[in-house]
Formats: sequence, structure tokens, C-alpha cells
Amino acid sequence: MKLSVCNLNSHYGPAHILFDIGLEVGEGEVVALLGRNGAGKSTTFRSIVGLVELREGQIMFEGRDISKAPTHEIVRSGLGYVPEERRIFTELSVEENLEVGRQPQRPNAPHWTREKLYQLFPNLGEMKNRPGGRMSGGEQQMLTIARTLMGNPSLVLLDEPSEGLSPKIVEQMVDAILTMKKAGVSMVVSEQNLHFARLISDRAYIIERGRICFSGTMAELDARPDIRDAHLSI
Amino acid sequence: MAFYIVQFLTGLASAASLFLVASGLSIIFGVTRIVNFAHGAFYMLGAYVAFTLTEHWSGALGFWGGIVAAALVVAAVGVIVEILLLRRIYHAPELFQLLATFGLTLMVEDLVVLIWGPDDLLGRRAPGFKGAVDFFGQNIPSYDLFLIVLGPVVLGALWLLFQRTRWGILVRAATQDRDMVAALGVNQKWLFTSVFAVGVFLAALGGALQIPRDAVHHAMDLRIIVEVFVVVVIGGLGSILGAFVAAVLVSELNAFGILIFPTISLILVFLVMAVVLVVRPWGLFGKKEAPVRRTPGLTVIPWRALTSLERLAALVALALAAMLPFVGGNYALTVGAEIAIFVIFAASLHFLMAVGGLASFGHAAYFGLGAYGVAFLAKLAGLPMIACLLLGPLLGTLGALVFGAFAVQLSGVYFAMLTLAFAQIVWSIAFQWVAVTGGDNGILGVWPEKWAASPSHFYWLSLGVAALVVSALRLITFSPFGYALRAMRDSPLRSEAIGINGKLIQWTAFVVAGSTAGIGGALFAYLKGSVFPDNMGISLSVDALVMVLLGGVETVAGPIFGAIVYKALNIWLVSQTDLSKLVLGIFIVLVVVVFPKGIVGMFESITYRRRAAPPKSPVLAAKMEGAQ
Repeated sequence: MKLSVCNLNSHYGPAHILFDIGLEVGEGEVVALLGRNGAGKSTTFRSIVGLVELREGQIMFEGRDISKAPTHEIVRSGLGYVPEERRIFTELSVEENLEVGRQPQRPNAPHWTREKLYQLFPNLGEMKNRPGGRMSGGEQQMLTIARTLMGNPSLVLLDEPSEGLSPKIVEQMVDAILTMKKAGVSMVVSEQNLHFARLISDRAYIIERGRICFSGTMAELDARPDIRDAHLSI
Repeated sequence: MAFYIVQFLTGLASAASLFLVASGLSIIFGVTRIVNFAHGAFYMLGAYVAFTLTEHWSGALGFWGGIVAAALVVAAVGVIVEILLLRRIYHAPELFQLLATFGLTLMVEDLVVLIWGPDDLLGRRAPGFKGAVDFFGQNIPSYDLFLIVLGPVVLGALWLLFQRTRWGILVRAATQDRDMVAALGVNQKWLFTSVFAVGVFLAALGGALQIPRDAVHHAMDLRIIVEVFVVVVIGGLGSILGAFVAAVLVSELNAFGILIFPTISLILVFLVMAVVLVVRPWGLFGKKEAPVRRTPGLTVIPWRALTSLERLAALVALALAAMLPFVGGNYALTVGAEIAIFVIFAASLHFLMAVGGLASFGHAAYFGLGAYGVAFLAKLAGLPMIACLLLGPLLGTLGALVFGAFAVQLSGVYFAMLTLAFAQIVWSIAFQWVAVTGGDNGILGVWPEKWAASPSHFYWLSLGVAALVVSALRLITFSPFGYALRAMRDSPLRSEAIGINGKLIQWTAFVVAGSTAGIGGALFAYLKGSVFPDNMGISLSVDALVMVLLGGVETVAGPIFGAIVYKALNIWLVSQTDLSKLVLGIFIVLVVVVFPKGIVGMFESITYRRRAAPPKSPVLAAKMEGAQ
């Protein structure tokens, strides 16, 4: 297993948010984490990379327990994280944003360079010196993914990559994610958009009120319209 | 004409050190969000260490090597401070950070005297820059010309550092979003440490470069830190270019201010700062920041008015305190009166910083203004004591009206820096305007009239006024005005959205706090029989902050206990040791790190926990579960 999360519980202050979350990602696999707004998708990701202070449970990444490790060590071990709100450094240019994400090459992960990323996201190559604050939402979304790829991760947590994007950009995003997959990057992609998820993922988990309530292949999910209608807003 | 040009060049030369210190402060603030009060102390340390090194190392290499080595040594000290102290308080409320770094300043002041002695030290002249250049009959020291060139060179070097190196890019990224930088695999801890080291290096270099120009002495830290605060408020905190422009501006204003208002040269700087704040509240090159997420409090215990039982207990305590003249001697009564006065002072600051959320670092200004008000009325106008006591504090009210109008435009660390700068301006007026205030000699012979002259009568008077003031402030805290003020403290946007005129409320609170501080000052003038500039000095402002902190900044009753305990300790301490600043500094740092809830806060947490482990409503629990 690339990543396996077992009995993950998270709290924000007195509020208990995640309950016994369990999920697994195989080598080279793309897994969708589906759920409505506020179901706990982002908190799951934030807990895995250690940005939530109170978390319990076991998180194994490439056979190593990372449940107590600080964020930067988790990321340096090859687990990339693309946050939902994009969080581009608005004062920094595209090139500088990429520089912040740069980490050494890893033997078990594809090696990304600026040039390769400009091929993956041609828009970025045309605005290397533009400050992040003066880019469109779609361009920022591409930059935030490219920035994480600069760390040469072997697994990426992608938080709602299609949110708020125009259909045309969403298509580009699908292509980019499939290219990443082909290059050998494992991924967990959180989504509300089932159609988008279906295009990219092998398996899916559904999260509702902080609990995993379904797990299976995309075909299994399609065979259960009742679950789909109960937990996903379509 | 030549004279004015020389004056201008002198101003430019002074700007170099000011810029170095201010840019260091800005860089540290940008990443760590800490306004490093101890920056002046590092500047001073830089000067002292450079003095020692350049005395021991001979030749030009020895001098210049000594300057750089001194800055490196002090930067290493900064690294130790960052690792041991700052890392523990990065997540603490900003007030605690300011106080802890101020505690460091106090420690350094005593340590410097301990190591280098109390006398001014005259450093070596810079090899190669010993002479002066003749400029149309006026002499310009060639070292000044060196500094004039150095300023822009450092500015350029910093620009390259931040634009062209990976470290600089990481720092700029962290300035905007620290957590995201960590989420990209950067170790924040060491980034912070390195930033702090660079900032301290710049401050120490600024200090070291001063030794050929000025004597090295143990009060140079406060002078520079006040000027630096003015510089960053004008230039915009976080902007290096802003620091440069503002440093030049302030230095020129100082250079020419002396020509225009020889006695009160700081006035000019103040006027410019006021204009900048009105036009651009975030400084010339600063950016308006999004309303900061408030650091959550240490404890969340709702404030409530006293129960009737507690009210009774307070009355009994007051009655017991009033018995002191029957058991204590004159010395005890004088100490008792002083403590009562400081209860007033601490309560007034507490009202502003705990109820209003505006931590003033210059509250002594209004205390001192009240004292001077009494002195003017008693000595110059010859009014009777009652009239003086009633009218004297109005000078504090007036000061609070004027300064408060500017100060409440800002919040957080900007507010703290600005109030400190205002207080320092008031102090320097009292210090420099000898004709009116008597300068350092103060105004003597402000004695109470016969009816209040005996220690027991004066004690009762102070105690009575303290009880009245504390009750009044409590009443206001639990009045609709108090609620509005607390709403502004907790969420400015939401309060304004429900129709609260936030700035007006805060201004009013500032005036209330300033006036009550003035009442304390008025009594203090009669207690001591004299007034001095120190009655409005920084150390008094910090005393008040520590009292509030010690009592518990998140409690209502804190300042009373804080003032009693702190003042009693302080009086005892000063009688016991010469190193009271060192002990006080350690004490402040310990309180911040180990005991941040304060005396009353600790007590309340314990009783609150015992009283109510509030039963969890299942509905609420379910809602919390669902919330992300």
C-alpha cells in the first residue's frame, strides 16, 4: 500500500470532526474522496499532512508511520498536498511560486522540472513572471498543482481541483491529472463532482459527517444509485 | 545654504543606522509576526560588543572586522533567544510577545551595565574615515559620507537577497502564508530562526557602526527603538523600501527640527507621523492587511458581574484595607497609598487593553499628564487641592483625546507602537521644555493641604478614590457601552455590521482610560510632592502592563490583584537589589512563558472547571461533528 489511513480521528478544539476514517491508496492508483460541502474531505487531507493539531490514529505512508511527524517532514518524504483554497503566494511570480515547492529528486517518483510543468500546463509557461495575485482562478489552480509537483511527490492529495473552474479548464485539469497518473503519481482527489471523479479515478470513498460511508470501485458506486443520491448532491 | 546642505547630509548619515535597525525589525515581523521590542537592545549590544572588539583588535582590519564580528556575535545571541524563548510564544497573543521581548530589553540593560559599567564609552574612529571633508567652509566628517553611501548599498543588498536567492523567496512566501510554506516541505522552525538571525544582525550592525559617531551608553536602546517604531509606522511594517524612505524622512526631520523647534524637536516628527497615519494608516509603503484572525484567548470563561455575595466580600475587603492606619506605621501607609494609586492606574490600562483589546504601551503618558496637570494648577495657578485633584486629570483626558484619535485608527502591534511613540513624545516634551516643566528637575513642592496631609488621611483618600474608580470602570464594562467595546475587541467586522461605530467606541474607551490614569497621576503627584518626566516614562508604562498581565489579562478583577502583588514586590525588590531591571525582566519573561493566565486567571480556571463541566447537549455535539 502506498498510503493507508486507519482509525483517524480529528478535532478542532472541542469539536470532534473526523470519526475512525480509514482509507487506502495503492501504488499508482487514483482514488476519489467524495462528499458534500463540510463532510470532512478537507479535514481528512489536512489531518494526513499534519495541519490539524489534534489527530489520532495510524497513518502509514510507504510503510512509515507519519501520524506524529511534522508537516514539512511528511511533505519531504514525498507526500504532496494541494490545498482547496489554492493558497498561491500572490506576491511571488509563477517561477518563484514553483521555486518554493522545489525539493530534491526521489528515486520512486517522477522527476518534474519547470519545463515539464510548463508542458503539462501551457498557460503557466506564458506567464512565468506574472505575480500569482494577477492570475485567473483556473491559472492559480494549475499553479498550485504545479507547485506541489515541484516537490517530486510519489503521492498527491488534491483537494477539489475542479471547484469553481470553467468547463474548458476542467477538461485541461482532467488531462493533466491523467498525465500525472501515467507518470506514476498516486493520488487522492477530493470531489463533489461525480462526473469529474469518474473520468480520473479507479476507486471512490464517500465521506459524510466525518465518517466513511461507502468504499468501492467506480463501477460499484454506479451500481448503487441509492448511495449516490443519499450522500452526494447531484 | 552650505549649512543647510551639511545639515541635510548629517541627517542622511543618521538615517543609515536607523534604516538598518528598522529593516531588521520589519523582516522579523514579516515572517514571525512578532514586533521585536528587544531590537533596540540588540542594537545596543552590537555597539558594546563592537566597542570591545575594536579596542582589542588593531589596525583597519581589526576595526572593520570587529564591526562585522560584533554583528555576528549578537546575531548568534539572537539565535539562542529565538530558540529558547520566541519558539515558545509564536502562537501566543501579540501582547505577550511584545512583553516578553520587552522583558529581554530590561535584562540586557542591566547586563550591559554589569559587564561594561555605567559610564559612556567612546569608541575608536574608523580607520580611513577619521578626517572631515570641507564643503564650502563647512566640515562634513568623512565617516558620515561613508554612512550615506552605506545605506543605499545595504538596501540594494537586501533587495538582491530577497529577490535572487531561494532563501529570500522562501521568506517572502512565508511572509504571506507560513502554513503553506510548511505544506510544501520547508522547515518553518529554521526559516524563522534564520530570519531572526538576519534581523538581529542588521540591528547589531546598525549599533556597531554608531561607535565612531556617538558614545556607547546603556540607554541607547530605548531611544533607537522609539525612533524605529516611528519609522516603521511611517514606512509601513514589513516593507524594506518603506523602512529606508521613512528612516531618511525621520532623520531629516530630526536634523531640521532642531533648527525650527530647538527645545521640542520631536514635535515635527510627530506631526509628520500624524499626517501619514491619517492619509495612509498602514504607512507609506505598507499594505492594508486583512483583518487578522484573532488569536483565541488562553481560556474561554465568560465575564459576569459580581454576585451579591462577591459584592459583600469586596466591601469587606475594602473595609479591612481601610483598617490599615490602625495597625500600620507611616511607611506602611505611604506604601499602601502608592499601591492604591497603582490599582487605579492598572485598572485604567486594563479597561483599555482587556475590555477594549487595545494594548497600549504608552499608558504612563496619561498618568504623567494627570500629575503634571496637578502640578501646574497647584504651583502656577495656586488652586486649592480639591480643585487641582478634580481638574488636573483633565490634562490626561486632553492627551487621550488627541492621541487616542490617531491611535484607534490602528490596532494590534501598530497600536502598541504608536502609543509608545506618543508617550515618548510627551516624555521628551516634559524633559526638554525646561522653561515650563522644569525639565529633568521636575516640579517640586506639590504637597497636599492640611486635611489630607497626614499619611493616614492621604491613604484613605487614595483608597476611596481607587474604590470609586474601580467600581466605575466595572460598571462601564458591564454597561451596553462595555458590551459594544468588547464586541469590537472580539470581531470588528461583525460589530460594525450590526451598527456599532467602532472607532468612536474605542476612542471613547481610550479617553476613559486616559482620564482615569490621569486621576491616578494626580494623586501620585501629591503623594510624592513632586512630578518628574519619569512619571510618564516607558518603564512606568511597562509596569502597568505587567500588573495587568500578572493579575490576568482575561479577567475583570485581575488588575487589582496584579497591582497589589506587583507593586509590593517591586518596592521590596528595589530595596533589595541594584539589578532590579534584570530581575524584573526575568520575571516578565517567566510570567509570559509559564504563567500567562495571571493570578486571577489561574484561580478562575480552577473554580470554573470545578463548578461546571457543562453537560454536552447531544444536538450541539452532533452539529459540531458535522462541522468541518
